[in-house]
Amino acid sequence: MKLGFYPGCSLEGMSREYSDSVVALAKRFDIELVQIPDWNCCGATAAHNLNKELSLSLPARNLALAEKEGFTDVVVPCAACYSRFSTTHHELMHNHDLRHKINEVMEMEYKGTINTLNVIQFIDKYIIDKIEEKIVNKFNYKAACYYGCLLVRPNKVLEFDRTEDPQTMDVVMRKIGADSIDWAFKTECCGAGLSVSATNTVARLSGKIVDDAEHRGAEVIIVACPMCHSNLDMRRSEINKYLGKKVTTPILYITQALGLAVGISEKELGFNRHFVPVNLPKKAETVQKEEVKTQKVEVE
Amino acid sequence: MSDNHNHIVDNSLAGKVKEHTGVLAARCYQCGKCSAGCPVSEDMDYPPSLIMRMLQTGDPKDEELVLRSKSIWYCLTCEMCIARCPMEVDIPPMMDYLRSESIKQNKANPASKNIISFHKAFLDSIKQTGRLYELGLTLDFKVRSMKLMQDMSIVPTMLAKNKLNFLPELIKNRRNIKQIFQKTIDKKEETK
Repeated sequence: MKLGFYPGCSLEGMSREYSDSVVALAKRFDIELVQIPDWNCCGATAAHNLNKELSLSLPARNLALAEKEGFTDVVVPCAACYSRFSTTHHELMHNHDLRHKINEVMEMEYKGTINTLNVIQFIDKYIIDKIEEKIVNKFNYKAACYYGCLLVRPNKVLEFDRTEDPQTMDVVMRKIGADSIDWAFKTECCGAGLSVSATNTVARLSGKIVDDAEHRGAEVIIVACPMCHSNLDMRRSEINKYLGKKVTTPILYITQALGLAVGISEKELGFNRHFVPVNLPKKAETVQKEEVKTQKVEVE
Repeated sequence: MSDNHNHIVDNSLAGKVKEHTGVLAARCYQCGKCSAGCPVSEDMDYPPSLIMRMLQTGDPKDEELVLRSKSIWYCLTCEMCIARCPMEVDIPPMMDYLRSESIKQNKANPASKNIISFHKAFLDSIKQTGRLYELGLTLDFKVRSMKLMQDMSIVPTMLAKNKLNFLPELIKNRRNIKQIFQKTIDKKEETK
């Protein structure tokens, strides 16, 4: 099966391991992710902070190109790109004049047929039902699922998970054997767009997130966004300085955790590219784990 | 944005916000949930609920303070405020509008200099190549902000972990991207 794919700039650069793990996981389930031809940057925070029309035109060009290519589902693993795609689609579909104007700006037409999938929706739609038979290593760890902002907010536009205490990632992680913990910073902001321009703010925001996860016994923090990853992982020395202690909890993309569970190698999943070493303790498979898993409640 | 109010021509800042974003500051009843949930309210000079109040007064002095505030630049658009607002006052698009207006009127707070430099360097990278060129962006930002030594300590690890691409990725139809810039952000004012 072939699906549209928009990696976005981070996944082609600093966060290549996220892209690699998404593609490797898809392949394991016989899905080929085909990049939107000649895609461009979504404009991210910079564009919508400075100019609304630019912030809509840049994602709209990608949506129009995807449409032209005949895609319907397009997988957008970066939560920020996913947010810009969803917002653009929403605005253009609810405002005809604006759609006309943006079509004119980019000299292409977007009709509105693209269904943007974030990484959890992709897993949910194409992978989760088939994963159990493929699991070779249970992911027997206490995991803090960190959603951040853009995967769940604004709910009116995304209509994805609930904004307070979302559950979709937790459900996926339990499927592969994780003990997904209850914690307080699931949807707090990591500082994202200010990563380079206001580093102290980012150390504080990300520091609180990492600290709470560690305090509640998480062995790993699971993310689905390259910005969340780089702030929690690459900014760890600033975080540790802010917290006044050394926190060693590693940060994994959800696709890396799933990949590990279905037997893809750490190397292929890019664990070596992380700043915080991923030293997950080897655990013996236990039968009792099975029982615990089935007792877990599903989302409302 | 369900407002059944009659349309009145309104030249106040709140009126312009409504015109461009459809969001009505008047709906805010000052419960303060946005300020309580805002992750950066402690960095701001006026927390989000106070910004709403300053828009409500319609006093030009308040409006001036809003456009010159640090707050509008520290806002991360994390969308926590709208998620928790009982009146569904959609603050993030208002903040986007206030930022662009603040630049247009040359009133951007000096404390926002680095943030704006970063955004501009980011957009310049896209304008040239169609995609973000991270190394180019970093160097451009360093020059614009004169923070030459910032983050130098993580560079060796980034290189060792193959996190930096040395060459930019160029998309084919760069002319189309330049056109998009010319018809939007570069149309109204010079952004350099």
